[in-house]
Amino acid sequence: MSFREYIRSNFTISNALAAIILAVAIPVMFYRLVYGLGPSTNLTDANPWGIWIGVDILCGIVLAAGGLVMGTMYYLLGMKQYHRFIRPAILTSLLGYVFAVIALMFDLGRYYRLPYPMVVSFGMSSIMFLIAWHFALYIVALFVEWSPALFEWLNLRKLREFFSKLAVWATVFGVIIAGGHQSALGALYLVAPGKLHPLWYSELLPVFFLVSAIIAGLSIVIVESMLTHKVFKKQVEHFDHTEFDTLTINLGKGASAGLVVYFALKMFGLAHSDKWDLLNTGYGYLFMFEMLVFVLLPAFLFAYGVRYKNVGITRWTAVITVIGIVINRINTSLIAFNWNAPERYYPLWTEVAITVGVITMGVLTFRWIVNRMAILYDHPDYESMH
Amino acid sequence: MDRREFLKRAACISGAAMIGRREAFAKEANGHSEGYGILVDTTFCIGCRRCEWACNEWNKNPNKRIKDFEDKKVFETVRRTHAATFTVVNRFNPDGDNMPVYVKKQCMHCDNPACLSACFVDAFRKTEKGAVLYNPDVCVGCRYCMVACPFDIPAYEYNEPFTPKVTKCTFCFDRISEEGKVPACVEICPTETLIFGRREDLLTLAHERIRNNPRRYINHVYGEHEVGGTSWMYLSSVPFEKIGLRTDLGRKPIPDMSKGFLFMTKVFEVIAAWPLVFAAFYALSKIKDRYHKPGTLTKGKKTDENTIKS
Repeated sequence: MSFREYIRSNFTISNALAAIILAVAIPVMFYRLVYGLGPSTNLTDANPWGIWIGVDILCGIVLAAGGLVMGTMYYLLGMKQYHRFIRPAILTSLLGYVFAVIALMFDLGRYYRLPYPMVVSFGMSSIMFLIAWHFALYIVALFVEWSPALFEWLNLRKLREFFSKLAVWATVFGVIIAGGHQSALGALYLVAPGKLHPLWYSELLPVFFLVSAIIAGLSIVIVESMLTHKVFKKQVEHFDHTEFDTLTINLGKGASAGLVVYFALKMFGLAHSDKWDLLNTGYGYLFMFEMLVFVLLPAFLFAYGVRYKNVGITRWTAVITVIGIVINRINTSLIAFNWNAPERYYPLWTEVAITVGVITMGVLTFRWIVNRMAILYDHPDYESMH
Repeated sequence: MDRREFLKRAACISGAAMIGRREAFAKEANGHSEGYGILVDTTFCIGCRRCEWACNEWNKNPNKRIKDFEDKKVFETVRRTHAATFTVVNRFNPDGDNMPVYVKKQCMHCDNPACLSACFVDAFRKTEKGAVLYNPDVCVGCRYCMVACPFDIPAYEYNEPFTPKVTKCTFCFDRISEEGKVPACVEICPTETLIFGRREDLLTLAHERIRNNPRRYINHVYGEHEVGGTSWMYLSSVPFEKIGLRTDLGRKPIPDMSKGFLFMTKVFEVIAAWPLVFAAFYALSKIKDRYHKPGTLTKGKKTDENTIKS
């Protein structure tokens, strides 16, 4: 393909959409970095955290739990049949974390001091300190887990073999710290009992966040495989699709069990603090909406998918579950947070632009890599590790 | 050393380490009993807001003429602290418009500060004199301290593009470090609202006042126990929740809310590491089987199938 043809092949609707988003988002990013948080956000002294924390960090990281879940299943529990899922899951997690940190840079008042908790000053009693270190280490671990694909692309056989072995260790390390910081993101709100609505505040917050991260990991792997198999059809035409569908349904089985556990834990939390009377309030309806439509309903739908071997239902239920977890994170960080404060927060358009822009960059990077490296299929020149 | 002996010793060591930690925490909590405090007797406050003027003056915040602070219109809304406003006086009318209560708001200088435990670069410290101080030289600007503060005190310089800081009352640390000097707000207060002294002495004084004037005060010194105790304390004639001071915060220090989680996570990460490491060994040995003995490739595959079934 000549250069001209390559350029022409890039004139597609999705690229045009991405170009429009970035044409707005990139100038806004510079605007934020040059003029500061004041003019570029709706953040105030009463609402110090907005969507850059609530959506980019909380939702971004929980939806990047696919690497944790698939890594555990594949490397540690020996479920080798899932090898088609492992590389896309790890790549999604890696990009999820990297772009969450990029988004975080816009939120930090002094973004150029990002490495300070690692090298300058240590706040050992802070949950945020644990998260900062875990993010940094986990990105390294995910990079190692993903790097065999990179070395196959660069055709560096020795490095590829070395890092393939290192990847198992990186997975072990990753499993430990990913569980730690997924729960720590919930623990961030432990210090705000007076600000988070009692229906969402619980001593079990870290457990809720960890269990929902596992559910999110399973669901996002299903959703992602559904999307990638549509978009990158050519790369997967030699697949055994019946086997793939069976595995998808089995992931749904896990998610269903996870959702039931999550629902039970939530009810225990509610009963322990005896907050039942709050259910009959506006926030109570929101809570029940979240619990019934996005936890209990998908739990049953996943089970239905397993019982009747219906992969379509399983896939759409995964979509519902992912939406539900996003809603839970937004409720916790933005809607139920500062619920009793006189001054409420809603994002400025520039905040939304940066969030959408960062997500777009993440998707474009994903596509760039999948188009070049052996992510969805096994590299023909390399013997598979499976 | 046999296994039983080893386990016994290991238990002793970890147990001792935990007890040691607890003692260290206790010391920390009571270590500042010698520190200073301020007693705010809201029954004396006339809402002149001179403390606001003096605060701005001493901390070199943008200021107005002292006369402009007599403008009563600001009382129409309940205000909070902001980037260049370390203290504000609010008016409340719990018993009708004729009996206004004025309440000064500023950093409470907690004994166990939430901001301190929230900060991931350790930018806050509780000094022996009682003041909670902020160090802008290490601050990254994550604003978690603002999320954690139960009194909604720390503010942020949002309009500073490159070097924004968290701002809050410093207890006039530079002044109280000198013998005989009191914070700027205390010095200018024309009534007896603000009393500066050792926190212990102020507590005694506060309880004495309540005992001697049971009809003037409610029997509660705000800040004596709230979130583990604060250096600034309040007396009032009406329930505190009616004058903008939250009474639902409890006595437990905010840092204790996350201490347990941090400890559990560390323990879990250390313990969970071992089975996972063995799992990794197992996984690696299987890869080795297949790669380093090319003849047994099919055998390797067989093991695979076995794992799937089991």
